[in-house]
Amino acid sequence: MSLDKSEVQKIAWLAKLAIDDQDISTYSNELSNILGLVETMNSVDTNGISPIAHPLDLTARLRPDQVTETNHRDQFQKNAPLIDDGCYLVPKVIE
Amino acid sequence: MEWETVIGLEIHAQLATKSKIFSGAATTYGAEPNTQACAVDLGLPGVLPVINKEVISKAIKFGLAIEAEIPPKSVFARKNYFYPDLPKGYQISQFELPIVSTGHIDIQLEDGSTKRVGVTRAHLEEDAGKSMHEGFGGFTGIDLNRAGTPLLEIVSEPDMRNAKEAVAYMKKIHSLVRYLEICDGNMQEGSFRCDANVSVRPKGQNEFGTRAELKNINSFRFVEQAINIEVERQIDILEDGGKVIQETRLYDPNKNETRSMRSKEEANDYRYFPDPDLLPVEIENSFIEEIRTQLPELPDAKKHRFINEFKLSEYDSTVLTAQKEMSDYFEACVKAADGEAKLSSNWITGELAAALNKENKDIADSPVSAEMLGGMVKRIKDDTISGKIAKQVFEAMWNGEGDSDSIIESKGLKQVTDTGAIEKLVDDVIANSPSQVELYQAAPDDKKGKLIGYFVGQIMKQSQGKANPKQVNELLSKKLKS
Repeated sequence: MSLDKSEVQKIAWLAKLAIDDQDISTYSNELSNILGLVETMNSVDTNGISPIAHPLDLTARLRPDQVTETNHRDQFQKNAPLIDDGCYLVPKVIE
Repeated sequence: MEWETVIGLEIHAQLATKSKIFSGAATTYGAEPNTQACAVDLGLPGVLPVINKEVISKAIKFGLAIEAEIPPKSVFARKNYFYPDLPKGYQISQFELPIVSTGHIDIQLEDGSTKRVGVTRAHLEEDAGKSMHEGFGGFTGIDLNRAGTPLLEIVSEPDMRNAKEAVAYMKKIHSLVRYLEICDGNMQEGSFRCDANVSVRPKGQNEFGTRAELKNINSFRFVEQAINIEVERQIDILEDGGKVIQETRLYDPNKNETRSMRSKEEANDYRYFPDPDLLPVEIENSFIEEIRTQLPELPDAKKHRFINEFKLSEYDSTVLTAQKEMSDYFEACVKAADGEAKLSSNWITGELAAALNKENKDIADSPVSAEMLGGMVKRIKDDTISGKIAKQVFEAMWNGEGDSDSIIESKGLKQVTDTGAIEKLVDDVIANSPSQVELYQAAPDDKKGKLIGYFVGQIMKQSQGKANPKQVNELLSKKLKS
């Protein structure tokens, strides 16, 4: 299975990655190779084996419903390029 | 052509926990922006989510209440999309193996009949943060306090056929989550909101039409309006020979119209996969059974008990049990009224409901407590006051003038039951109304009842409403006969 140009562009768009047109064929080859590996795995007979949701054969430990965190807003916001009134600022995302 | 509407609802109920679904940050509403968003909620590198046990048990509680199956294993998945109020770039949700599988609830239709609505599933997920597009000078402000708040998304089958049924279903789920105390149901604060999938098809056709998804509707009234206006829009398109497009639309209550949200259209490729940061949750039978023992009496069961125990009508029982606070109030009132249920019910669904409605108050904030109202009902029952005078007492209680006994005392509202005093009133009125007496005595028996009203009215006026009406009637009939 191989991916065409538009599929590569769509994956890049979904992942919010900017890619150069000239690199598309390289990505297409590399991604197609990964899909090839998946196809190889698909050919294994897995009838009678129940699917797993996690590679570790363990189940989740649950946490009691307690507030354990305190306010560290000032520290966190030191990383933010723009803040105002306690809010993180981003370019306007609505028309 | 005749059209049929098909509606399915997705309800998001915020689970009332102290901490978030995957972190120990607080969930209190209305805190200063970003003061309740910890490293996990912000999606900083190296953090790991840990599941809140209370979230799991609240979801199971809901599942048991709708008689759903609770699968032994539940898995969390990543739903990938890009938006600034979702810092990780994915929302932790459930896809395969949700916590609650197929169940159902019964709704009451307007004609009094009952309809069963299927619940496809209910799954857990984290809420996103909040984006504010105004007031930040051309930027969007992001508050991540809400990020990571636990949500139970309740997905119905496309079983509803008009907007009223959808509202009845939403109200029933709302009542249920409040009875279970798993969600505060506050729609203004967004704790309970709903998306509606709406389509139309020619009546008699089996396949569904193309649906539109109406997003984020946060009141019962808006659900009804939004669905009705959307159905109209779709029928107009189809009758003009057009095609309905599958899309997300936003309801604008100010203009009463739905609008396409084109910007989100292309993003509908969520690429779900199991979250590698979270192990599957194993739900043991003993855990389910422990939760089952904590289930409160649910609205339907309570309604039937009210019908049997208090001999109330089906209608009164439905009204009184729709809201847990209302049913608690009723039971406390009956207790204070020495078991007088019918009068209590009348006062709660009548005078009290009207007064609450007028001032837009919840029953929990009623200035007249159940004990106060019950105390007053007791005084109607034991003939201390008449039902008419009780309205004055109620009003005084509402205005904070004390409990019924002290109001009756201080305002001198006690009913006159002294036979001698009533007899004097009766005699006076008869003596002063010779022409009415003549008319009464000449009238045929079936007209007498109506004519006696004049005398009763006069006597009540003389006594300022305090004469016992039953005694007045008895004495009058006796004296007018002779």
